[in-house]
Amino acid sequence: MTTLPVSLPRARVTLPRVLLSEWTKLRSVRSTLWSFFAALVMTVGFPVLFSFVVRSHWSHMSPREQADRHPLDVALVGTHIAQLAIGVLGVLVISAEYSTGMIRASMTAVPRRLPVLWAKTAVFAVVTFVLLLPAVLLAFYLSQTIFRAHHILEISFTHPGVARTVVAGALYLALVGVFALGLGAIVRNTAGGIATFAGILFVIPPLLLLLPSSWDNAISPYLPSNAGESMFTLAPGSHSLSPWAGFAVFLGYAAASIALAAALLLRRDT
Amino acid sequence: MIEARGLTKDYGSKRAVDDLSFDVRPGIVTGFLGPNGSGKSTTMRLILGLDRPTAGTVTVNGKGYRDLAAPLHEVGALLEARSVHTGRSAYHHLLALAQTHGIPKRRVHDLIDLVGLHEVAGKRAGTFSLGMGQRLGIASALLGDPQTLLLDEPVNGLDPEGIHWIRNLLKSLAAEGRTVFVSSHLMSEMSLTADHLVVIGRGRLIADASVEEFLRRASKDVVLVRSPEAARLLSLLQAAGIEAKPAEDGALEVTGLAARRIGDLAFEHRVPLHELTPQQATLEEAFMDLTRDDVEFRALQEAVA
Repeated sequence: MTTLPVSLPRARVTLPRVLLSEWTKLRSVRSTLWSFFAALVMTVGFPVLFSFVVRSHWSHMSPREQADRHPLDVALVGTHIAQLAIGVLGVLVISAEYSTGMIRASMTAVPRRLPVLWAKTAVFAVVTFVLLLPAVLLAFYLSQTIFRAHHILEISFTHPGVARTVVAGALYLALVGVFALGLGAIVRNTAGGIATFAGILFVIPPLLLLLPSSWDNAISPYLPSNAGESMFTLAPGSHSLSPWAGFAVFLGYAAASIALAAALLLRRDT
Repeated sequence: MIEARGLTKDYGSKRAVDDLSFDVRPGIVTGFLGPNGSGKSTTMRLILGLDRPTAGTVTVNGKGYRDLAAPLHEVGALLEARSVHTGRSAYHHLLALAQTHGIPKRRVHDLIDLVGLHEVAGKRAGTFSLGMGQRLGIASALLGDPQTLLLDEPVNGLDPEGIHWIRNLLKSLAAEGRTVFVSSHLMSEMSLTADHLVVIGRGRLIADASVEEFLRRASKDVVLVRSPEAARLLSLLQAAGIEAKPAEDGALEVTGLAARRIGDLAFEHRVPLHELTPQQATLEEAFMDLTRDDVEFRALQEAVA
């Protein structure tokens, strides 16, 4: 018995090859399928549920309450919930490599290391966007169908800013994934990564309400959660960033998270 | 070819590898011996660029591992710690690694057959037994048809059939002219597979020699003698100032005199001899001898005893 007398092409490691490898890794574990499934169900399901609830209670709502409702807020409500599934998966995509030891195989195959991080990030962001974009579009379509039957909260997809806002919902989820992936790579531990992610996105914002409101108003818009939310809000409040500013700030957080992960990946022992 | 020069690695205040220099040459199996905790796995990780040395260098085919453009084609590694995502199938694990180097799918299938994982290739690696995990590790090491192989404790957890398989695999890989570097804390295993030995204890190099030389150096120069007139022979030897003592079932253990001279002496005094056997140290004993001063090793022995 010996080792197969084949003549293998002696190809070198390239970024496209690492991208293909990371795509294989992503699609071949169950956590990916379950997390994306959960994200899709939440992105579509919650807007439908909320639309029905708003529609059935519409006649009992005060005019002021009615005026506070924005059709896009309802259509994109699922995004807020789905970000948890995407964030957890983002952490897991890298932290599971550390917990199982897979990282050693990954790093011996690609000893320059950074291509693995770039490819993981790119594949995860693109897959998230490609899967969630139809979901947010479907959520918009379904909630509008539910509203239109009662002639409430109607808005056209071609109305200025609507298409951009709906697409931004999917883009936000992709960036949340990138942000979480960076945290997972920094912390290198699933529980720690998820806790850090949830802490930054969900725990810090309410704490700021304890500060004097002038502080809160000055700081809050720049928090990851609020800046990200500005991306997919058509009518931002007076203390919120504009969609493009929100996008820029949130992109900055995601980039900073990956940049720190990259610096640590090069420095640390595996 | 692997060349380590002054390789040193500290973890905090603990020195895991201390100024190691050795070469691993192609065409033979080089055994990497040391008690548990002596720094074998750390050395392997340094060779693979997983950890950075505190001082010194180690190269594979003249290059640092991190500078290899196609590492899987040059070095195949089986690490002691599992390096597989437990939720991924054996097939997808190998495929993902293969794709980083553009290695075709056919090669993945061929290797799965070679290591005998065909039946379970679609199952999650987390469900694998230790032996199946080792086979999967071997498959990933051979994926790129590498010239150099690093195997950390490859027979760990294998059944006798698996151990036999690994031994033959290592020998045939070396016979093909490859560089094979295999670590073990089992001396008996090394005596069956290795041609050359690099022995370490507490991170330091203890010996770097061929198996024969290693044994010769550690041989105790003892001859086992059997005679129906053992008592007379014993007094003869002792009278001549030679160290001799009764051993098991009536034999004598003579130290410091060659078998030839013992035979001559017996002949002169007309003592019949039934056996005259120079005792060669086993690899196990040679290793014990060489690492006797090693504090950690002694502690380990006590812990085992």
